[in-house]
Amino acid sequence: MSTTTAQTSAAVTEPESPAKPPRRTRRRGETGFAGSLASHGMLTVASLIALFPVLWLVFLSLGPDKDDYLHPERIWSKMTFDNYAFVLQHTNFFDWLKSSLIVSLGTTVIGVLIAATTGYAVSRMRFPGYRKFMWVLLVTQMFPIAVLIVPMYQILSDLGLIDTYLGLIIVYCSTAVPYCAWLLKGYFDTIPFEIDEAGRVDGLTPFGTFARLILPLAKPGLAVAAFYSFITAFGEVAFATTFLLDDEKYTLAVGLQSFVSEHDAQRNLMAATAVLIAIPVSLFFYLVQKNLVTGLTAGGTKG
Amino acid sequence: MTVAIDRATGKRRGDRAPRPGLGQRLRNSYQKHWYAYAMITPVVVVLGILVLYPLAYGLYLTLTDANSLNTARTIGANEIEATYKFIGLDNYADILWGETSYDRFWSHFIWTIVWTAACVALHYTIGLGLALLLNQKLRGRTLYRLILVLPWAVPTFVTVFGWRFMLADGGIINAALESLHLPTPLWLEDTFWQRFAAIMVNTWCGVPFMMVSLLGGLQSIDASLYEAAEMDGASAWQRFRYVTLPGLRTVSSTVVLLGIIWTFNQFAVIFLLFGNTAPDAQILVTWAYYLGFGQQPRDFAQSAAYGILLLGILIVFTSFYRRWLNRNEQQLAI
Repeated sequence: MSTTTAQTSAAVTEPESPAKPPRRTRRRGETGFAGSLASHGMLTVASLIALFPVLWLVFLSLGPDKDDYLHPERIWSKMTFDNYAFVLQHTNFFDWLKSSLIVSLGTTVIGVLIAATTGYAVSRMRFPGYRKFMWVLLVTQMFPIAVLIVPMYQILSDLGLIDTYLGLIIVYCSTAVPYCAWLLKGYFDTIPFEIDEAGRVDGLTPFGTFARLILPLAKPGLAVAAFYSFITAFGEVAFATTFLLDDEKYTLAVGLQSFVSEHDAQRNLMAATAVLIAIPVSLFFYLVQKNLVTGLTAGGTKG
Repeated sequence: MTVAIDRATGKRRGDRAPRPGLGQRLRNSYQKHWYAYAMITPVVVVLGILVLYPLAYGLYLTLTDANSLNTARTIGANEIEATYKFIGLDNYADILWGETSYDRFWSHFIWTIVWTAACVALHYTIGLGLALLLNQKLRGRTLYRLILVLPWAVPTFVTVFGWRFMLADGGIINAALESLHLPTPLWLEDTFWQRFAAIMVNTWCGVPFMMVSLLGGLQSIDASLYEAAEMDGASAWQRFRYVTLPGLRTVSSTVVLLGIIWTFNQFAVIFLLFGNTAPDAQILVTWAYYLGFGQQPRDFAQSAAYGILLLGILIVFTSFYRRWLNRNEQQLAI
């Protein structure tokens, strides 16, 4: 048996497969030398692919000229943080940051507040119309932006809400609210029903049970829902590009695009801004990432 | 007071009391369910105002010839009244079988299907492969995991610009290809390579979510199943085929559906990668956006009609998908 086939079968098909099947001296969960070498090799390659575009962005952001991305070898000799200094001092970076935070936090707070009771109701109660309601919630998840963008634009311009934070928050709530309701339902499903029953026996109303027993237990779920709506609103491009006109009100997603106009492309500044955005967001992401997937696929991983 | 708290499993189907009269039933139903209705009211109101009303309004717009020249607008101090008129289903007819409908709709439709299928297939297989690798007892797997999640952690609108620098003619990718004496395609200008680049970037962005979800699924599979399979002499492939894959079924069907919906609707990657420069690489969503906001005059009616068609496609697809899952006795985790 050639080593290559042993490696691929160990690496691709099954994690715990021994490299040489006939001998069974190895314990379960341990991998043979060749197998673990192959795994490390593949994971290293994958990690490099995952890291490279981000590292490259960081590297380019150190080059002072806007065409340095075409001649990266020249950057080594003239590395500087000038781009960062310029972005922080002479662009609207902080205005954009403020807009992004206002819009994202607004969406998050409204989304989670409104969705919480609904998530609980659809998790615990079977009322007439339940299935239709769940179907509506599911359908709103798949609204392409193209469905709402034209009517929203018309409605908001009738109301004079184009180019306002409130307008954007309203638009984002149309997706954040049903999304949070779904996520929270998944999380509430993982909280034992016995707790509700105990609360009922002790004479609590469903509202009381929800507010006093379930909400405190559901804090991680609420955090996940909040995080998701924040990230979605923070990274949204289409509505923000269309509905914000004044470059002091741009969110970061729109502001970043504004470095590349038809006439001028300040790619060095763009790279620096991109890095400034990416660092805090990814740090934040890593802080909460453990809870993310349990939140999303709570029902699924339960089995 | 009666309160409707039911187990989600619905085990109580058998014990049905004799049916009371209609009035009594309504009263009972109200007493039993008013908590539920009170609790879902906020979301129902929000959906009604923020989703249903715009949707109905958009549906109405698709039946008109509204564009940015004939809708109500303010120029300086002058208010101009809307002058668009009702034209029935002409927009849909024009999009689906009007003149040049192939160039405007069907070519984008085919590309959208190819794009969705290719991206989700790549997301799933690469994600599953990495999840299997990470599910082993391996030194440094936490570190690998943290690094591999990175494309998900950084906002898409940031990383897509990173990719643009890399894919530009003369960027690092072409420089590397040139030093290996390989052809250097014009990633951002040639239609085929634009599409290739779009799939590549979207795959890079989407794999971490699949990987992490499937890893969660793998960890929930009972280890004793593997032991039993091993005792019975199952090979590595057989254990994968008959233990791992069935164990992942619920998670898989959910993440694949989510993946299809998200990829079908993926706006940011294509919009930010090409802007308005690549008419042939636009999927239906970005094309609809282009019609409504990327050109002058803005064609609101056609753009909205594309939106309604897209939503229709997704709803039909999801209904069939769910029915297909039900027939195979699978469930959606969401």
